[in-house]
Amino acid sequence: MARKAIGRSVPRVDAYDKVTGRAKYTDDLADRNALIAKILHSTIANGLVTKIDTGRAEKLPGVVKILTCFDVPDIEFPTAGHPWSTDPAHRDPTDRKLLNRRVRLYGDDIAAVVAEDEVAASRALRAIEVQYEEYPAATDPEEAMRDGVPLLHEGFPNNILERHSVLDGDFDEATKEEGLIRVEGTYQTPTVQHCHIELPTSYAYMEGGRVVVVSSTQIPHIVRRIVGQALGIPWGMVRIIKPYIGGGFGNKQDALYEPLNAWLSVQLGGRLVKLELSREEAFYGTRVRHAVKVHITSYVRPDGRIVARDAKFVSNQGAYGSHGHSIVSKCVTAFRQLYNDERAKRAEAVTVYTNTATSGAMRGYGTPQSVFGMECHADDIAARLGIDPMEFRRMNMMPVGYTDPFSKNVNWSDSFNQCIEKGREYIGWDRKRELYRNQSGPVRRGVGMSLLWYNTAVWPISMEVSSCRMVLNQDGSVQIQLGETEIGQGADTVFAQMTADTLGVPFESVHVVSTQDTDITPFGTGAYGSRQTYVGGMAIKRTAESLKGKILRFASERADTGPDALDIDDGFIVRKGEPGSALFALSELATDVLYSMEHSMHFTAEETVQAKSNAYSFGAGFAEVEVDIPLAKVRLVDIVNVHDCGRLINPQLAAAQVHGGMSMGIGYGLYEKMLYDPGTGKLLNDNLLDYKLSTIMDHPHLEALFVENPEPTSAFGTKALGEPPTVPCAPAIRNAVFHATGVAANENPLTPHVLFPLFKAAGLIG
Amino acid sequence: MRQFATIRCTINGKVTETAVDVRASLADMLRGEYRLTGVKKGCEVGECGACNVIIDGECYNSCIYLAIWADGKNIRTVEGLEGPNGELSEIQRLFVEEGAVQCGFCTPGFVLTATAILESAKSGQKYTRDELRRELSGHLCRCTGYENILKAVEKAVSRASA
Repeated sequence: MARKAIGRSVPRVDAYDKVTGRAKYTDDLADRNALIAKILHSTIANGLVTKIDTGRAEKLPGVVKILTCFDVPDIEFPTAGHPWSTDPAHRDPTDRKLLNRRVRLYGDDIAAVVAEDEVAASRALRAIEVQYEEYPAATDPEEAMRDGVPLLHEGFPNNILERHSVLDGDFDEATKEEGLIRVEGTYQTPTVQHCHIELPTSYAYMEGGRVVVVSSTQIPHIVRRIVGQALGIPWGMVRIIKPYIGGGFGNKQDALYEPLNAWLSVQLGGRLVKLELSREEAFYGTRVRHAVKVHITSYVRPDGRIVARDAKFVSNQGAYGSHGHSIVSKCVTAFRQLYNDERAKRAEAVTVYTNTATSGAMRGYGTPQSVFGMECHADDIAARLGIDPMEFRRMNMMPVGYTDPFSKNVNWSDSFNQCIEKGREYIGWDRKRELYRNQSGPVRRGVGMSLLWYNTAVWPISMEVSSCRMVLNQDGSVQIQLGETEIGQGADTVFAQMTADTLGVPFESVHVVSTQDTDITPFGTGAYGSRQTYVGGMAIKRTAESLKGKILRFASERADTGPDALDIDDGFIVRKGEPGSALFALSELATDVLYSMEHSMHFTAEETVQAKSNAYSFGAGFAEVEVDIPLAKVRLVDIVNVHDCGRLINPQLAAAQVHGGMSMGIGYGLYEKMLYDPGTGKLLNDNLLDYKLSTIMDHPHLEALFVENPEPTSAFGTKALGEPPTVPCAPAIRNAVFHATGVAANENPLTPHVLFPLFKAAGLIG
Repeated sequence: MRQFATIRCTINGKVTETAVDVRASLADMLRGEYRLTGVKKGCEVGECGACNVIIDGECYNSCIYLAIWADGKNIRTVEGLEGPNGELSEIQRLFVEEGAVQCGFCTPGFVLTATAILESAKSGQKYTRDELRRELSGHLCRCTGYENILKAVEKAVSRASA
C-alpha cells in the first residue's frame, strides 16, 4: 500500500523555488517599463481639502498625470475582505472614496501622481500645493466619542460606528448571591501592524477592454468585487491575479490600493501603472490591529467558581470602516464562550472612529485583544482568592460537550485539559509556581499561562464556500486549483497532501497551481479566518472523489468489473481492498483515454462545497520570564504553545506556523506598539527601526506542542491553526511577570515605560 | 538631471558592465538591470535585510549600497548559489529540510547570510548559538519566529566544524 501523504512532514511544494529566489512575487513580475504611481498623503489628521494646486507639479519632467480627490468618482466603497452579503444589513462599512477630500487621518490619500519613474513621481508629490480646513484630531476612542468632537463620517453620531450588547441569564439576580467576591480590572491592548516583509504592491493594466490587477493579496476573488464596486464597473470587467505573496497576516485581507491602482490605469487608457507602497505608507496607510480596551467585572465564589461576569469593550476603529465592528464582536464571542459563568454574563461593545490608521483584520481577529483581557483578569481573580491560576481555569473554562447555540460549534473533546497538561509538564509549572513564590532580589522569575479560544472559518457570520478544480494529465498526475491562497502558511502543500491521499496518487503527482487568477481559478474567498484547510479541504475531498469516480467508471470497462470493485492506490488502478493488486497504471489509462480513437475523454472535476459548520480550536500557552526590576525589563526565558488543531496534515509545517504566531504574540506582549502624537495625530514610529519587530535575538527557543483530536465536522479532521498561535503569548507573559513581581500590568506591550511606574507604585523601586 | 555611470563588476561569477543612474541603489541595479529578482526589497532603508547580497565576501543590504560603489566588486546573489544543474547548496537544502521557509520573501537574504556564516565556519570560525543569533539578527522575518532558520544554520555550521 502506498505511503500516505497526510501526517507526513513532506517538504513544501514551493520550497525549492523560494530558496533559489525563483519564486516570483508581484514586483518581480512587473514590467520594468511600468509607469510609477505614488500617493499624496495629507499632512493633517482631520479636516477638509479645500484646494489642490497641481500646476507646478504637472510641469515637471516625467510626470504623466496627476489626479486628486476632486477627480475621483463619487462612489464610496467597502474594503473589508468579507464575502459579499446579499443582505444589506450585513454589509461592511462603505465609507471611503478612491481619494478623499474629507481627510480623516494624518496620511490620508488625497491625490495620486503617475510618472515615468519613481524620482519624477516623488518630485511631483513635493510640488503639489494643498490647502486644508483643519479640525481638531481625536486619536483616542473615548475622546472621539465626546459630544462636540467633529464627526469623521456623516451619520455616525459621537463617531460611533456600531455598538451592541448581549445578556445571558439574569445578571442582576445572579450578582445578589451572598458571599460573592467582586473583582474588576481594565485591560488595554495596543495598535500593532502586520509587518509582512513584502510591502503591499500591485500593478494594473487593461487588456481587451477589461482591467487587470496583479496584486499581493490574500483574497483575489473578493478584491475583484471591490474593484468593480469602487470603479462602478461590472465585476466581470475586472480580473485579479495573485502570485506568491510575502506574507499577509490579515492586512492583505482587505482591498488596499488595488481599486486606486485599477482606476489610475483606466484613466490612462489602460497603460501599465505600478503602485508600490513604502514601509512608512504600509504602517499608516494600510490596516492595523484594533486597539481594544476592556473593563471586566467578575462575581466569584470564594472557592473560585465564577457566577457572573460583565465586560465593556471599546474598540479603536481608526479612520475608515474596514472590518469595523466585526472585530470587537469576536471579542465578545470569545468572552461569552471561553469561561462558563454559572449564572449570567453581560457584555457591551462599541467601535469608534478616530483619526488614526484604519483598523482591519489581523491574525486572531479580536481574540488577541479579548483573550489578553480575560486571561489577565483570570490571574487577577486567582491571586485575589489565593488559588492556583491553573486550577481557577480548570474550574471555569468551557466544559466538554458545550454547544454554542448560534454557531452550533461543539466542544467535542477535552482539549483544554490535554493542552494544559502538556504545557504544565513542559514549563515545570507546579515546581516553578512554588519555587518563585517568595523572591526578594532585584532579578526575579515567574511562570504564567493563558488559554486560547478560537474557531475555524466564518460560518454562520458569513457565507462559507470553496471550489476546487482537478485536471488529470496524461501521465496520471493532476493539477489542482482553488480560490484558497498560499500566503506563506503552507496551504498549497497541505492541499497537495489531501489530494494525493483522496485520489490515490503519489504526493509528487499533485501539481498545485499556486497563482490565483479570477478569470481561471474557481471561486473561493481566500486566506482568512483560519478557514482554508477546513473549507478548502471539504472542496478538495469532494472534487477528488468526483474525479476518482470518473476514472474508475472508465477503468471498470477495461478491468471488466464494476467501478465499485476498483480503487486507485499509489497511481495504480487496483481491486478495492487490495492495495497491492495493480491492474494497470493510472498514467496508462489517462493516456489511452485522452487519445482514444473511439471516445476520447479528458478527466477533470470541479466541485463547490458550502460549509455550514464551524469548529472550535483550542489551546494553551505558558511562559517563563526573568524580570530585572531596577531596569523594569522583562526577559523571556522559555515559552510554549500547545494546540489542538485536530489532525495534523503536515507536522513540520504546523509547528512552523505555531512558531511564527508565537513570535508575533511575543512582540504583542513585550515590544510592539504604534505611537501617535496626540496633538497632530501623526504616527511617530512608522518604520522598522522605531517599531520594534522581534529579531532573532529577542526570542528564546519557541516550543510548539500538539494534541490531536480529529474534528468530526472536518473533511480531514483539521481545524484552525493559522491564527490561534498568536493569541496566548502576551497574557502568558503578563501573568508570568505578575507571578515574578506581584505587579499586575494591565496594558501590553510590557515595556519599561509601562512597568517602571507600576514597580515604583508597588514599592519595588525606591 | 539624470547622470549615468558605467559599472563593471562580477555578478555570480560573470563579468558584467552596464550604465546605471548614479542615484540608483545596488538593489535597483540588480533587480532592474540584471533581473535578479531574488534580491527583495522590504523597507529600502536597511532595516529588514531582504535585499542582502554578498560583496567581496561580506554581507550588505543592497538597498543602501549605491550601485556605483559596486564598480570592481565581486557580488553574489541568491541566484548564484545553486549548482550548474539547479542543485541546491547545502544551506538551501537545509532550509528546505528544516522547514525554514514560509512566505519566502526574507529567505534569499537569510540564505546568503547563512552562506557567509557557513563559509567562515568551514575556514575554522567557531560559533555559539548566541553568536549565530547575532550574525543573523540583521534579517527580519514575520512568518517563522526564526526557529527553523536557526535550526538550519546550526546544523550546517555543526557539520562544517565536525
